[in-house]
Amino acid sequence: MANTSKKLALLVGGIVLGLGSIAQAADAPKPAAAPAPAAAPAAAPAAPLVSGASAEALANTCAGCHGTGGVSAGPASPTLAGTNAEYFNDIMKRYADGSAYSTIMGRIAKGFTTEEIALMADYFAKAPFSPAKQKFDTAMVKEGGKLHDKNCEKCHSEGGKVLAAAPADKKPADKKEKAAKKGDDEDEDDEEAGDEWHILAGQWTPYLRYTLEDYVAERREMPKKMKKAIEKVTAKDADTGLAALLAYYASQQ
Amino acid sequence: MKIDRRTFVKAAGALAAVGITGAPGLAFGAGKKVVVVGGGTGGATAAKYIKKLDPSIDVTIVEPNEKYVTCYFSNEVLAGERTIESITHGYDGLKKLGITMVKDHATAIDAEKKVVKTAGGKDLPFDRCVVAPGISFLFDKVEGYSEEVAKTITHAWKAGEQTVTLRKQIEAMPDGGTVVVTAPPAPFRCPPGPYERASLIAGYLKAHKPKSKVIILDSSSKFSKDGLFKQAWTKFYGFETDNAIIDWRPGPDAAVVKVNPAGMTVETSFGDEVKADVINIIPPQAAGKIAKDSGLTNESGWCPVNGKTMESSIAKGVHVIGDASIAGAMPKSAYAANSQAKVAAGAVVAMLGGKEPGVPSYLNTCYSIPAHNWGISVAGVYKVGEDGKIASVPNSGGVTPMDAPDWAHEREVQYAYSWYDNIVKDSFGG
Repeated sequence: MANTSKKLALLVGGIVLGLGSIAQAADAPKPAAAPAPAAAPAAAPAAPLVSGASAEALANTCAGCHGTGGVSAGPASPTLAGTNAEYFNDIMKRYADGSAYSTIMGRIAKGFTTEEIALMADYFAKAPFSPAKQKFDTAMVKEGGKLHDKNCEKCHSEGGKVLAAAPADKKPADKKEKAAKKGDDEDEDDEEAGDEWHILAGQWTPYLRYTLEDYVAERREMPKKMKKAIEKVTAKDADTGLAALLAYYASQQ
Repeated sequence: MKIDRRTFVKAAGALAAVGITGAPGLAFGAGKKVVVVGGGTGGATAAKYIKKLDPSIDVTIVEPNEKYVTCYFSNEVLAGERTIESITHGYDGLKKLGITMVKDHATAIDAEKKVVKTAGGKDLPFDRCVVAPGISFLFDKVEGYSEEVAKTITHAWKAGEQTVTLRKQIEAMPDGGTVVVTAPPAPFRCPPGPYERASLIAGYLKAHKPKSKVIILDSSSKFSKDGLFKQAWTKFYGFETDNAIIDWRPGPDAAVVKVNPAGMTVETSFGDEVKADVINIIPPQAAGKIAKDSGLTNESGWCPVNGKTMESSIAKGVHVIGDASIAGAMPKSAYAANSQAKVAAGAVVAMLGGKEPGVPSYLNTCYSIPAHNWGISVAGVYKVGEDGKIASVPNSGGVTPMDAPDWAHEREVQYAYSWYDNIVKDSFGG
């Protein structure tokens, strides 16, 4: 359901953009209409702001930290190219509302509308992925691969690779319907279906490590299945298990 | 105001449309010439993105230096944590994209005749021009200071030789010595820069010359990320204690108005004389000289622009980006210049093709590293208003929260390094 309305918003956004300046004017009052609270980081502007930037114009603003075309030169900022669009939309929303921890992304995510984020999500989902060239602990790769196959492969298939863009369409219809019938708090199961397209293999290691740390420390919500998988990975030795996984993902260059 | 902007944009579009009538070829910009004045972050990015958007456009950068030394991260060179080579970048990447580099000083931009003149006697014709001259120093605002004096009493606010000189001076200073860093009145390049510089010098002194200290003589009483800097100073440098390595003296009283190079003293507007072993004067600033010489500045000394296209409000067909421009709520930072450059590039290509420029989106992200493994940041998201001014999107952006845990500050350092590697590649890489 939420998924459908997101798509609808994207579609409407596209149409609005297509109409050009007339639609822009109609769109403009939207962000400006919301009154800024007194403690707002940025004060209300003197004149209404103009919305309607293209996906490319929006995505270009990310390159200074995430690399040209969303392929990060590292050492920590994640590559965005190839990111599953649904995941991108969801995590940006969570960064903005604080339900997923971030150092800086929350402050930035707050500056974009749902429609703008959807445009960027679509842009980066289609952008060609290129694996990070980085060092890793070769001795741990084998063990990491085993742990991955046993615990993670079911959702992060083919070793956590970015798969060809298929996202939302490839999703089984019955899952969508099931999700629609379920309450909000069980949406995480729905979310897992999209995990196939998360970038693990070839993503920058520090970013993956921070994200895992945030999951484990409950600074962002972990899907139930993932929680169980992580428990298994860390059962013997918490640090070694995760480090082995990270080495395995980094080794795929 | 609103009507002015729209009418103007339409008129500009129509004009460009007339220009293209009858032009053969599929590419809109075929045979069109763009001259970019200045090969810093803004100029390099603009040239690259124009070429990316339309390879048929003939793009030339006029830049006197063979290589560009980024001012950003030069504070780490001062602290000995980074080499000058690591912040020096050539133009091979841009050349590979088919961009022409002209190693020369631009001496005039004639918007009417559509030509850039150079000190070497070249006339470079353009259909549209992008001006990214950075800053110039108002040496006359500090008595006794000049470009000549700056060779020893450095500003090091354009990175390069002076960065190396200042590093050597700090290294040669005996333990127990005093370093003075001055901060100019706003607006100036890199608002948190002077404070990060003082912090990193303090970090070096703490490790190698613990009896020494840094005095910041500030023109202002408030500064960028000030709460966070003071938190770092308290945590790492004994701020406001007897053993403080950093002594911050707020403006307007502490503003430096005079320097005596022979006696190694500076004088504040209040009349205090401060003696130091190393003096670093970051002077008051204005837009790069070429902007003023070409009549692109207003009474403020900076260049007014239309926030939709970064086109000069004074000279049509000329876009001014980066530190030299008056970009509304955006600070004078490398990220801002990179972001403005892409907006200008989009507008230039659209206007050359007789199209309406798209709606811009602007971003700024700026990191400072006041202590080892301890980073802080500020971010801003901007749109153009109907008045043509760039404004912050309400309820967005802002600085690192106060009292964040150390691991969060550590992450910000890693993201700061990522910022550096990515912005350099995005701006100068082929």
